[in-house]
Amino acid sequence: MLEPLPLVAATGMLGSGFREESIDRAIALGVRMIGCDAGTTDFGPHLLATGNSQFSRAAVKRDTAVILAGAARAGIPVVIGSAGGAGGDVNLAWMRDVVLEIAREQGLHFRLALIRSEQTKATVRDLLRDGRVVPLPPAAALSDDVIDDSLHIVAMMGAEPIQAALDGADVVLAGRSSDAAIYSALPLKLGYGPAISWHAGKILECGAAAVAQRAAPDSMVAVLHSDSFDVFPLRDDYRCTPQSIASHTLYENADPFRLTEPSGTLVTLESEYAAINDRAVKVTGSTFEPAARYGVKLEGARLAGWSTIVLGAIRDPLIIRQLDGWLERLDYNLRERLRKTVGDAEPYQIGTRVYGRNGVMGDLEPVNSVEGHEVTVLWDVISGRQELSHSVAASLSHMALHNPIPEWHGLISAVAFPFAPSEVDRGPVYEFHLNHVAFPETPTSLFPTVFESV
Amino acid sequence: MKTLAEVAKLVRSKNAGPFWLTLDVMFDDLATYEAVRDQHVITVELISRLYGQSPEQVRLFTHDSALAIKVSLPRPHSSGSPMDTDVFGGQQYAPLLDLPVQIESEDTHDNS
Repeated sequence: MLEPLPLVAATGMLGSGFREESIDRAIALGVRMIGCDAGTTDFGPHLLATGNSQFSRAAVKRDTAVILAGAARAGIPVVIGSAGGAGGDVNLAWMRDVVLEIAREQGLHFRLALIRSEQTKATVRDLLRDGRVVPLPPAAALSDDVIDDSLHIVAMMGAEPIQAALDGADVVLAGRSSDAAIYSALPLKLGYGPAISWHAGKILECGAAAVAQRAAPDSMVAVLHSDSFDVFPLRDDYRCTPQSIASHTLYENADPFRLTEPSGTLVTLESEYAAINDRAVKVTGSTFEPAARYGVKLEGARLAGWSTIVLGAIRDPLIIRQLDGWLERLDYNLRERLRKTVGDAEPYQIGTRVYGRNGVMGDLEPVNSVEGHEVTVLWDVISGRQELSHSVAASLSHMALHNPIPEWHGLISAVAFPFAPSEVDRGPVYEFHLNHVAFPETPTSLFPTVFESV
Repeated sequence: MKTLAEVAKLVRSKNAGPFWLTLDVMFDDLATYEAVRDQHVITVELISRLYGQSPEQVRLFTHDSALAIKVSLPRPHSSGSPMDTDVFGGQQYAPLLDLPVQIESEDTHDNS
């Protein structure tokens, strides 16, 4: 019979905040580890592409300082996953700097482990050549060209590299990690079953997101037992209900019943969620199917080009009622003009989003008509150079301004531009271009770990 | 007759990773959930038509313990890529809101 194992998630994303007293309460309850997820792909590909953090250094430092101070006081380990946002080497080094600065300021001393997750192009090419990479739907098969296009590639680690780091470290900073692995690593190491460990990890990774009504981000506790786990929040005004915990497997998952991790699949089809009291829930019945082959997800970002945007709005009902035709004529006239100026040698693309029609949903919009009395058009010119995108955008805004309709005879001014200049250079823009799984030689082989004394 | 917006506790959309979009329709009582589930208010064919995607791409789930119906489909453009319109995928649920539901009880939300 395993002893109850309480774990706390400081918050759903490092830098988003939590109450200091929530960590104090968790420590008073005897939690054996403080974890925090620090990353996501949700903000877009630029974090992996540039190495920047979504939240400010001050925000991440505040949260990390409370976690490190609490853990030092309680003598328990800390695991921070997807460190620095995207978990690349630059992100990880940034997070290490924050941790070292806090240690200096608080006079803390500990063993630090850094687990790298960034992969070189050569490593990924080797994996591909050895037949160790497969695409995930809807991606196509990987190729050397796609790998060579990458700015950064990370592999998403499972629990094993974190377990290994916990053997020597008090504070583990992991590169890109499965969110749930941050919390499953310790229980799996201590012999708790995979279904309980991964399901508890899945609930914890979003912090207090799984409460019935969340006012602000905060901490969450899970207590693991041999064949169940309990979960509850630390703020008095938060409650977990069977429905709120059951619903959490819906959030940001394509399939709520089968959650794929590197070592297998958590299956929640038979999971049962029961109220322990008005704020805690017990979860039983989850199962885990070990994977036929241990696989880690690859994430990669590449440069998509340089963007210049133009924002314009139209109020004339005569133009609005023939908007598609007006936009087609503008596109035709513009491309005729550009052929004579910037030429055809370098490709460019123009994205046109019409707000008031399908600006929000694009191709998914079922209502493809304008029902209001004005529309906003956002043109996004993307090419391989900022100067080229700007040149195209400058021609575009001028031609849009005077693009005629048959009803009016004479020169019209068809577009209201809210800004002067009307062309806004946005700099480099990126895209996620990998959606693949790699089968490494061992669960830790792609994730080298360095220990240091702080 | 009511609309889904009137009887659901929450209708939302969100990314499920950068390449998938997921729609959650959640209820706060079993009877309403079962009514929507059993009347097949949301089907693969309907989602396919509303969102202009082939039915093979659409995944539909009913989640009894969460009192929720879930639909997942690939994004037309990956999150934050040049032609994307919604980085978080957070505003893609509106086409579901007016779907009709046969509910007799008046004891429902009014989110209209």
